[in-house]
Amino acid sequence: MNPQKLPQSSFWNDTGKTGITSWIFSTDHKRIGLLYFYSVLGFFLIAVCLGLLLRIELMAPGRTIMGPQTYNALFTVHGVIMVFLFIIPGFPGAFGNLIMPIQIGARDVAFPRLNLFSWWLYMLGAVIIITALFTGSGPPDTGWTFYVPFSTRTGTNVSLAVFGVFIIGFSSILTGLNFVTTIHRLRAEGMTWTRLPLFVWSLYATAWVQILATPILGITLALVIAERMLGTGLFDAARGGDPIMYQHLFWIYSHPAVYIMILPAMGVISEIIPVFSRKPVFGYKMIAFSSVAIAAAGSLVWGHHMFTSGMSDTAVLVFSFLTFVVAIPSAIKVFNWVSTLYKGSISLEAPMLFALSFLLLFSIGGLTGLILGAAATDIHVHDTQFVVGHFHYVIFGGSGFAFFGAMHYWLPKFYGRRYKEKPALIAWSMMFVGFNITYFCMMVLGMKGMPRRYYDYLPEFAPLNLASTLGSWLLALGLILLLVNLFRGLLRGEPFSGNPWGGATLEWSVATPPPTENFEEEPVVTHGPYDFKSTGIP
Amino acid sequence: MNPALLTTTDAVDPVFKFIIWACVLLLGGITATVIWFAVRYRRSCAPEPTSQVENNFWLETIWIVLPSILVLAMFYYGWAGYLTLRTVPKAALPVTATARMWSWSFSYANGKTSPKLVVPVGKPVVMNLVSSDIIHGFFLPAFRVKRDVVPGMKNHVWFVADKVGSYDLFCSQYCGKGHSAMITTVEAVPEAEFAAWLEHKEAAGGVKKSDGARLAKEKGCLACHSLDGSRGVGPTFKGLYHKQTTVLQNGRKLTMTVDDAYIRESIRFPNAKIVEGFQPIMPSIGDLKDVEVDTLVEFIKEVK
Repeated sequence: MNPQKLPQSSFWNDTGKTGITSWIFSTDHKRIGLLYFYSVLGFFLIAVCLGLLLRIELMAPGRTIMGPQTYNALFTVHGVIMVFLFIIPGFPGAFGNLIMPIQIGARDVAFPRLNLFSWWLYMLGAVIIITALFTGSGPPDTGWTFYVPFSTRTGTNVSLAVFGVFIIGFSSILTGLNFVTTIHRLRAEGMTWTRLPLFVWSLYATAWVQILATPILGITLALVIAERMLGTGLFDAARGGDPIMYQHLFWIYSHPAVYIMILPAMGVISEIIPVFSRKPVFGYKMIAFSSVAIAAAGSLVWGHHMFTSGMSDTAVLVFSFLTFVVAIPSAIKVFNWVSTLYKGSISLEAPMLFALSFLLLFSIGGLTGLILGAAATDIHVHDTQFVVGHFHYVIFGGSGFAFFGAMHYWLPKFYGRRYKEKPALIAWSMMFVGFNITYFCMMVLGMKGMPRRYYDYLPEFAPLNLASTLGSWLLALGLILLLVNLFRGLLRGEPFSGNPWGGATLEWSVATPPPTENFEEEPVVTHGPYDFKSTGIP
Repeated sequence: MNPALLTTTDAVDPVFKFIIWACVLLLGGITATVIWFAVRYRRSCAPEPTSQVENNFWLETIWIVLPSILVLAMFYYGWAGYLTLRTVPKAALPVTATARMWSWSFSYANGKTSPKLVVPVGKPVVMNLVSSDIIHGFFLPAFRVKRDVVPGMKNHVWFVADKVGSYDLFCSQYCGKGHSAMITTVEAVPEAEFAAWLEHKEAAGGVKKSDGARLAKEKGCLACHSLDGSRGVGPTFKGLYHKQTTVLQNGRKLTMTVDDAYIRESIRFPNAKIVEGFQPIMPSIGDLKDVEVDTLVEFIKEVK
């Protein structure tokens, strides 16, 4: 497999243990990080295929390849997998585990065994969710939001799927606890709070959201199961319950969950842009503070998912206002990243291309969010394809592109080999163009009035739906090229060692690939994370 | 029509224009700056960074304050437009919209019901939204209005059609298999024509036997019960009459033959007996007249 032997021993071999059990029972944060990485990547690819099938069905009006029940189940499963099995555990589980302990100069996370347990809980939840698709009376067809009363009445296998999500919630809470403790207690000497890399700051803010918000999801989902199994009637209007209460409970978690998805992505961008510009990040304190501000303010805006629900006008007023407040720290971050480029020395390699395209796609996602935040305009576009386009810009164009950027930026460090640059650039450009075609068409469809979760549509919506489907094929081809090039490179590519991109954070000071212990001797930090000058990096 | 009357579209579209233009300008500015910097300071052109600036108090203050003012303007403008949507004009014509899986029914003050929403041009209409099963969404894209139809909750929405025409009415809240087929139209007609339509009664003798097929479609039966034997959300009508079937009554299994009384009971009280293998999700259609039930029973008997 390897044309050249890797130069030294590393976490891949230095414990002398190999084989599957040395991985699935490992407490090494790097091995757990890779376990998470390949698990979330696998689920991501499954959900991508489901998304492509949905797009093929919507290519033309009427039945194309499947019936309405199958379509409803597929968009539900697509959403559940993407949200709960890919993007929520993705950043903290994979890159948080791989990078964060090294970036703060630690040997491992604070609770390595709890860390392993979190991965096992994640896999258990995932297995339960997958089981729910093939047992009972068919995969759930409620949408990933599980809105009552539909979810309490449908005959499909909702209870088991919801139980799987419930289990995964514990994995997320424990990861959050572990990271908060690690960042507080295990920073190396000299790693002050203002020398903390911004990726670590973003994980810190994310971890608090995981700890505080996830229990509410757990309770809500437990209530859905109770409603289905015991007929408790908590959400049944005919028996004194309230279906709107479910929506509040669900979004009290699920809106902050959006920040679990996007904050670490912002952290990745804050790492990549300074390194490939050879300039300190502009406004470090403002970016770090805005991560915490977004996490805090973002916990108070859940009601903007419910402007048409029948919630009181006073609540609409308050939630609309708070939504605009949370827009401000996000805008600050974008301006700071753009300013970092000014008078730098910019290298447009693959990680940087993903980071710069993040800036544009996330901006489109954020700005279209203003249309959704304003009460009058939200009413028209709520529950339409506009919302589908908007959140894919934020979560796929934002978090997803940052995830691909992180893969190109950090994975060579752990494999000691790298991908080829040119195919990576071609893959990136295909994905960027395909992405915009796919999702911009959706936003226009929504403005024209096409509702979301629509199996069939009126002929007036046909041309843009066809364009969106064609765009999704370009996006998928780009993704295939990206993965083939990346993994071919990691296994058989040119050796990758030292600090080729000139990063000043600690992960670039350890051996490539890092040894199990990370650091030969305990590091003492004497400079900031983006202080390229005093570290003498070219 | 009254020229001073503000339509819901008039209230919302200026807000769209304002926010979209502000977004286009911001996005254009950000994109242009990123591309300009990436070209101007590319490594082949700028081998070394020419600045290591880490912050600038005034610059950062400006880009906190200016966006704050901009988004607060958006918030205020959006709220003002929303208030118009929520303030029902006096003398609005009340119509009750009943949503069920997966059809709409509209009933007027004089008892007239219709599967299409017929409204007079130039006169505001206030819709009282009633759900007979789960949450649906009343959505009129042409008038920029939408409101969820929540069981057990009194929701309303108003709009006014300022031109004669036919406009799409969608269900916006996902409600299962027939969600995307839960479509009807708003027919905006001149006031005199509307008055005539509203007073028009069905031909003498009420519902005719041949109306069964039309009723089954209009009342939404066919969304779940097929005519060709295929399995839907509910049992097919094909060959149903005189068929041996197993039902659950109060949790007990019961084998019985489908007869007139059973069909009638299942229309009026859908959850009294549930056919084995199906879910108790059928709503009772409250606005069905006895003669309509009879017609439906006759119709179902004939589907072979």
